[in-house]
Amino acid sequence: MKKMIGLITVFVIALTLLAGCNSSPQTSSPGTTPPNTTAPKLSGTISTNGSTSMEKVVASLIEAFKAENPDVTITYDATGSGSGITAATEGTADIGLSSRNLKDSETGLDATIIALDGIAMIVNNTNVVDNLTIEQIAGLFTGEITNWSQVGGADAPVAVIGREAGSGTRDGFESIIGVTEECIYDQELTSTGAVITAVSSNQYAIGYASLSAVSSEVKSVTVEGVQCTEDTILDGTYAIQRPFVMVTSSSKELSAAAKAFIEFALSDEATEIIANAGAVQAR
Amino acid sequence: MKIKAVMEKTMSCLFFICGMVTIAAVITISVYMVLSGIPAIKEVGLSEFLLGQVWKSTAAEPQFGILPFILTSVYGTLGACLIGVPVGIMTAVFLAKIASTRVAATVNTAVELLAGIPSVVYGLIGMIVLVPAIMQLFQLKNGTSLLAAIIVLAVMILPSIISVSRTALMAVPKEYEEASYALGATKMETIFKVSIPAAKSGIAAGIVLGIGRAIGEAMAVMMVAGNVANMPGLFKSVTFLTTAIAKEMSYASGLQKQALYSIALVLFIFIMIINVILNAVLKRGDKR
Repeated sequence: MKKMIGLITVFVIALTLLAGCNSSPQTSSPGTTPPNTTAPKLSGTISTNGSTSMEKVVASLIEAFKAENPDVTITYDATGSGSGITAATEGTADIGLSSRNLKDSETGLDATIIALDGIAMIVNNTNVVDNLTIEQIAGLFTGEITNWSQVGGADAPVAVIGREAGSGTRDGFESIIGVTEECIYDQELTSTGAVITAVSSNQYAIGYASLSAVSSEVKSVTVEGVQCTEDTILDGTYAIQRPFVMVTSSSKELSAAAKAFIEFALSDEATEIIANAGAVQAR
Repeated sequence: MKIKAVMEKTMSCLFFICGMVTIAAVITISVYMVLSGIPAIKEVGLSEFLLGQVWKSTAAEPQFGILPFILTSVYGTLGACLIGVPVGIMTAVFLAKIASTRVAATVNTAVELLAGIPSVVYGLIGMIVLVPAIMQLFQLKNGTSLLAAIIVLAVMILPSIISVSRTALMAVPKEYEEASYALGATKMETIFKVSIPAAKSGIAAGIVLGIGRAIGEAMAVMMVAGNVANMPGLFKSVTFLTTAIAKEMSYASGLQKQALYSIALVLFIFIMIINVILNAVLKRGDKR
């Protein structure tokens, strides 16, 4: 008798737990409070999720937006472009952030390009190499070039540091240089910041990182003689650049606050903010 | 009086339900794991999945061979045990048999602190201190390697092994040791030939606990091992079963996501096997 009761209790509890798995994820309530009839003040929560490269740009946009709309709370989760797009598709975030264009297989989404970002090629501060051609970069990353002396540096081995497979930065870099699926990495890290840290602490390292994240910890080499700056990105002379995209689901109604945030990012007010964060507003 | 009887019944029901919750959780997890992990294994093929040496989950023609991950996890755990078990057992012997009370108390506190340090902190320290050290010591171009992961794991499993072995050693009846001394054995001979064999099953339990922790560790290992899907080599960047899942889960979709569930299933089965061994070892110890 006791055994029967035990078995039944186990089944009931297990069923309750299993029921939780199948229900579609609850979309985070995007604060659909209708704007006040007396004054157009926005309120609610906007959840953004995705690219780690976009951190500085998104953080400054959030700060400026909040100054004008103090009732809106905006969250940012740095999980990588791939996860950001997934979050937008599944509805777990209002706005997905991606540092690459959407692929053909990523359907049901609207992409709004808010800025252009350059991918800087970074080496350790002690590295004497100043310039690399695209061919040399391809050679370094595919393992054809294994010694820094082959590209004008010291006689030392090359340690290649990159990002994980879902990264927008990696996708942008590999497609522009033309080495998709051919790169041999010594480390695959999960954020732009981690790549910068790894390169700054390894004298043999080369890596790639968003221009907006590059600091004095590492040295950014010129690519085909062109330095990676906001101007060279804008006029297109710096070859390795990619878009910063705000991704939203086509089927879900976006909240008033989220719409306003995206419009803010595209507005003239945001030009300087984005420039200060190291990217270039897309026109 | 009736109320007391009702209270009694209610409380025992409550305890019963709590016990059932644990069983329900384990069953739910097992069933969910098996159901989610089977599709990818069926799609890729069992031998291709388990024995394939190439993992390219996001390529245009994806390949899902997890042999590198399995071997890395096995080697990593073995390496961690190779370092951690002797050090752990010797420390336990020191704490139980050799140290004076005050020294033992200090070392004990240190061991307990070590047990409480979160894995992220281990990973951070490994990344900042261990990886550059390995790079310099072995003249490598890159310090993140299987060796770094093994060292970090060895330090992480020390507290489990030490505390359980110490308890087992302290539980050895004094009569055994006194008989040994009476027969003319020295202290060291007694420890190695009488105390440790007598505490065998407890020490084994501690080791299996340590193995369980080592094989399931993801965070600390992700920061020091390099995360490239290579076949394992002591100084190469490697990926464990756990870090393979952690690295790709957030953005995976379709067959790739199912393949990650299958990796989780393989990991789950590993741990089940280890637990079965633990129970067998403990049962054997009890019978004596």
